Amino acid sequence: MAELQLKSVEKTYGSGFKAVHGINLTVQEGEFMVLVGPSGCAKSTTLRMIAGLETITGGEIRIGERVVNDIVPGKRGIAMVFQNYALYPHMKVKNNLSFGLRLKRRPKPEINDATQDVSKVLEIEELLERLPKQLSGGQAQRVAVGRALIKHPEVFLFDEPLSNLDAKLRAYMRVRITDLHKRLKAEGRPATVVYVTHDQVEAMTMGDRICVMREGHIMQVADPVTLYERPANAFVAGFIGMPEMNLVDAVLTTNQVPHITIGDQTIRVDEGLGERLSETTGPVKFGIRPQHLEVCPQGTENALSGTVTTVEFLGHEINLHIGIHGQIFVAVVPSDHLTAIPKRGDAVALKPIGHRIHLFDRYSEQNISLAGL
Amino acid sequence: MTASFDLNPQKLLSTSEPATAMEIKLRRRSRISSAMRYSVLLIFGLIMLYPLIWLIGASFKTNSEIFASPSFWPKDPTLSGYIKGWETSTPYTFGRFFWNTFLIITPKVIGTAISCTLVAYGFARFDFPGKRILFMTVIATLLLPNVVTRIPQYLLFRDIGWLDSFLPLWVPSAVAGDAFFVFMLIQFLRAIPRDMEEAARVDGANTLQTLVYIVVPMLMPAIVSVCLFQFMWTMNDFLGPLIYLSSIDKYPVSLALKLSIDTTEAFDWNQILAMSVLALAPSLTVFFIAQKYFIEGISTGGVKG
Repeated sequence: MAELQLKSVEKTYGSGFKAVHGINLTVQEGEFMVLVGPSGCAKSTTLRMIAGLETITGGEIRIGERVVNDIVPGKRGIAMVFQNYALYPHMKVKNNLSFGLRLKRRPKPEINDATQDVSKVLEIEELLERLPKQLSGGQAQRVAVGRALIKHPEVFLFDEPLSNLDAKLRAYMRVRITDLHKRLKAEGRPATVVYVTHDQVEAMTMGDRICVMREGHIMQVADPVTLYERPANAFVAGFIGMPEMNLVDAVLTTNQVPHITIGDQTIRVDEGLGERLSETTGPVKFGIRPQHLEVCPQGTENALSGTVTTVEFLGHEINLHIGIHGQIFVAVVPSDHLTAIPKRGDAVALKPIGHRIHLFDRYSEQNISLAGL
Repeated sequence: MTASFDLNPQKLLSTSEPATAMEIKLRRRSRISSAMRYSVLLIFGLIMLYPLIWLIGASFKTNSEIFASPSFWPKDPTLSGYIKGWETSTPYTFGRFFWNTFLIITPKVIGTAISCTLVAYGFARFDFPGKRILFMTVIATLLLPNVVTRIPQYLLFRDIGWLDSFLPLWVPSAVAGDAFFVFMLIQFLRAIPRDMEEAARVDGANTLQTLVYIVVPMLMPAIVSVCLFQFMWTMNDFLGPLIYLSSIDKYPVSLALKLSIDTTEAFDWNQILAMSVLALAPSLTVFFIAQKYFIEGISTGGVKG
């Protein structure tokens, strides 16, 4: 197992399109790192560059002590699980698993032992004699993981491995993969993992740390809690969390305590926001998660008044869409907190929970409410 | 469209309840409809196959009967066409001509399969300088009529000293000279996702190992078709051997058939027909053996669609 380092890695295509803009990332030995971002953010390209399937046009990739820029994929000490499994269709499962070892001309008993070992770990022993077309999605997925596991690589690479599975199986496999990672760590052979996904649930639940990417730039690298509670910028704030964070244009003024003006309504915010701010006045993006908005009767002090535009009843909670000066706020309310379900057109007031407010510079989009945290 | 009732007669019969008038009517209608469809198919099938059936029948007829009756069933079946035809009017039997054909076909088919796969793999999977121009050249030769190149080719092979040998007949094909096959394999390769090859590279396979262990097995149905076409076209090729071969002992079957028309004054049609039947046999046999392969199609299954 080894540390993986990316230093100012760049990718420019022949057409002149720059997909990856000098990213720096270090994945610790035994760490589960998730690359997440919307489609086209170059997360898969980054993974393929680590694998050696894509050349890099600048910078340096290190696995352990070695610079692997010019080393072929097979010699980098990596193993990869592909989105559509990429099992060899004409080979039985056992031959799929052992293909890499057979290429290296390892002795037969060793290959057999390794195959047995891996199939036991992944519970695919009874599938060894089958062809890939006789496997279900979940089984094929486990074989694909097995093919990576059998090589004892220094770094595991996963390229959206669960996106072809149905929701139930995906949740199950998610747990299986994290369990496997923990088990390997407990057995004293920790696996360094880079896992690409566009699904923030996978990212939040699986990653030791998460690297959020956007258009070939890294927006933030942090553990899930930090990412959720202290997003470095408006993009991360909006990307992580369900439903996504409300981000609206506002103006910040400070007169002993901070005041926030949205449209023609101004509220004053206490609860320590003032101490957190690195700037005290100016145009900002006001960010508050739907879970951190309190729905109050109209006329409540220090609350924004608006009108309900949509009501989404989900059973245990209700998503209320509330229009305030043409901007829509979403508030999530546990349904047993309400005596009556609000209706479309109802006038209500929204009170943001002060210590949960994030303010971002409107132009740089950087979080200006992280000072002192 | 969803069917509101089941027209499958078997299913209708299997229900334990007595059939209603409606069901009986539907059942009868479906039977009549399939009877009609099958008779139309049968008639057209027979019309297409009749020349072949007649050929086989006539090869057992006597020479005089061939022109006397249009029926394909011989009145007094005789094997004389086969026996005399096999002996031929030359010092060689037809066995010799079949052997010659075999000597041309074998290196040609094997060479075509290997060389075309290599070239197609290169075009389909790699980027190299001049690729577009080279590929356009390959396609251009595909559009060029064969006849146009016959004379320059002949002169070339004459200068190398390959005339009256089998070499001009198979060497060009064995070095991927048949653009059609290259094109066919490229198209097939393009439909195969690259993931398996990338997985093989991650597993440590080099380019050639990837080709041999991963690409070729997935490409097998296409390669079988290539071999099949090459086999049948070579078997039937008349012009090539006619131009390059001059000694009778090197004639392949296609030329030898013509030989029996040339050398005798009154043609022994039953001998010619008998030998034609034999000449057809290898192509048909190979076709039926290979059919299983290219229907099987193993390219899917490894990737979830």
